[in-house]
Amino acid sequence: MPILWLRVALGCYAVGLLYALVALTRSSDWLNKTALHAAYLGMLFHFVSLTEDMRLSGQITLTSVHNAESVLAFLLMVAFMLVYLGYKTTSPGIIVFPVVFLLTLVAATGEQPFLEIPPDVRKSWVIVHIILIFTGYAALIVSFGASVVYLIQERTLKSKKSAGILSRLPALELIDEIGYRSLLMGFPFMTLGLIVGTMVAQATFGRVDFLDPKILLSLLMWAVYLLMVYTRWNAGWRGRRAAYLAAGAFLAAVVAWSANYFSAIHRFVQS
Amino acid sequence: MNFRLIGVNHNTAPVEVRERLAIRESRLPEALREFVQHPGVEEGLILCTCNRVELLARTRNGSADLAGFLQNYFNLQPTELESHLYDYSEHEAVRHLFRVASSLDSMVVGEAQILGQVKEAYATARAVGAVHSQLDLLLTRAFAVAKRVRSETAVGSSAVSVASVAVELAKKIFGSLQGKHVYLVGAGKMSELAARHLQAHGAASIFVANRTYERALQLAAKFNGEAIHFSEIYNTCDRADIVITSTGSPVAIFHRQHAEMFLSRRRNRPMFFIDIAVPRDVDPEMNKLDGIFVYDIDDLQQAVSSHVADRKKEAERAEAIINSEVERFQARLQTLEVAPTIVSLQDHLETIRQAEIDRVRGRLGPLSPEQELAVEALTRGIVNKIMHTPVTALKTAAREAEATTLIDLVRRLFNLQAQEKEKKTVKSGDRG
Repeated sequence: MPILWLRVALGCYAVGLLYALVALTRSSDWLNKTALHAAYLGMLFHFVSLTEDMRLSGQITLTSVHNAESVLAFLLMVAFMLVYLGYKTTSPGIIVFPVVFLLTLVAATGEQPFLEIPPDVRKSWVIVHIILIFTGYAALIVSFGASVVYLIQERTLKSKKSAGILSRLPALELIDEIGYRSLLMGFPFMTLGLIVGTMVAQATFGRVDFLDPKILLSLLMWAVYLLMVYTRWNAGWRGRRAAYLAAGAFLAAVVAWSANYFSAIHRFVQS
Repeated sequence: MNFRLIGVNHNTAPVEVRERLAIRESRLPEALREFVQHPGVEEGLILCTCNRVELLARTRNGSADLAGFLQNYFNLQPTELESHLYDYSEHEAVRHLFRVASSLDSMVVGEAQILGQVKEAYATARAVGAVHSQLDLLLTRAFAVAKRVRSETAVGSSAVSVASVAVELAKKIFGSLQGKHVYLVGAGKMSELAARHLQAHGAASIFVANRTYERALQLAAKFNGEAIHFSEIYNTCDRADIVITSTGSPVAIFHRQHAEMFLSRRRNRPMFFIDIAVPRDVDPEMNKLDGIFVYDIDDLQQAVSSHVADRKKEAERAEAIINSEVERFQARLQTLEVAPTIVSLQDHLETIRQAEIDRVRGRLGPLSPEQELAVEALTRGIVNKIMHTPVTALKTAAREAEATTLIDLVRRLFNLQAQEKEKKTVKSGDRG
């Protein structure tokens, strides 16, 4: 059953994906509204899927990857909605929707490997670790989305085409603020998440192997994240440079995620 | 009035039709002469541009087959034209002409060329004598209306709309203008206008730098702003989010390196340069820098012409102006038609009265002042009573179509001279 709800949610997110593709070239009120309604509906089904999943297994089973991806997608949608509530703009959806769609697609199809958790690990701490990290990811992706929107808006304004005035993208400074705020909010989550992860590893293995690809890449991602916050705060980097950094951090996050497949301590196995 | 207007334009006829109706400039005088020879046509004007061919005429009693003239002139079948032709008469014709001259009927609403084209058509028609009395008035009025529309609305991309586009763009960059600082380099009229607009939308403070410091002080005082010595601009400009330049400098004042300096001082917060000077004050290279947005006067104009929403609103205002002008013109023409008759009627009766008094005075001998007054009052009273009915009738008729008939009748009844009418018409026409 949960998988069915998830697939319905996927259908709704597909509308959002369509919006993202169209919104790159033009925008209209009608489009924004449709995307928004699809998002609400998708989140509703998504939520049903998650809670049913929990009810069935009797616990929060973040530890199966397919659930993890589903949870990340859901958190991302929550972040997107928070931005919408705060700023009345759906434009970060240009990035958020495709990512959510992909994550949900992966989660909703096929068998997923399970995270191999050594029996003596405190499960609740793993859950805290995952939630924190995911919140950080979601904020990062929203920030990346805002950077892309910033670039689009900057380009329209610079090209001096009529679209600069007609486009319904939010004002440049507003987009900038969205990007910066989500970056700032995401950072403590990411940091705490990594700390908790390290603690769990320490408790489990007695030591932390910093040369493990997963940990190495996670640290790299964290470093890029830190660099972003720093350059933005110190030098006011925005626009193109901020977008490149955000893209870099995003890439690092994806690589760190995929490291699950070849890490010694953070490994998924076929069930 | 008896105005008629027929024609085709870019909306009603495809170019294949329009080009068949085109009259070359060199042949226009001859066509005009032929046109006023056409039965029923008293005065005529032919407007021929790439987007329209129009015949405007003052007709005798409103009946003239203008479409017939077109068919004859171009050897067309009636069916070829019918579906494309619009046909306006009286105030509708007046309105159409006003709209055309004001560029509301143009393909690109607000373009300035059409007014010049109407003026040329008028000059040609006048030169061959095809336009002389009422049509002359109508066209002169049309030019005045076009001017009014241009100056009172933003339809013609006037200064007002440039300023409002500047505000619009600033909002696209900064969101709200609340708390933003505006810096004027050069204290021109346009920059003042733009600054006023920005301030009206919440801009916090205004700095004014000008080569003549006194002028800067004056303008700064108007905005409650701060005057800045011109030599200080590079040191102070980074305080502003929006910079409006309008100096007469022959070379650019702001270059890339200045912008880089500003950006680093501002920690890359964006800056918006509005350059309304010609030659330009801001090096266009600056636009390539992240966070610097440079719009020169052409960019603004371009943005203006594509500013659809604003356009529509302005066009509506322009239509309102035209409606009121059509009414005014109608009222004026009608009084024009009637007034000379009333005046000559008064003159006529007054002459009779004076002549009669003179005649009687010769017979009665000198009169006492009281008698003089009594005679004066008596005769004047009679004249006024006689005049009352025809004058009221004329004034009432002025509002209706039958005016001409009644005018003719009164003139015939009282044997008023015809040439007097022409004289008066021209005289009062000049006043408007």
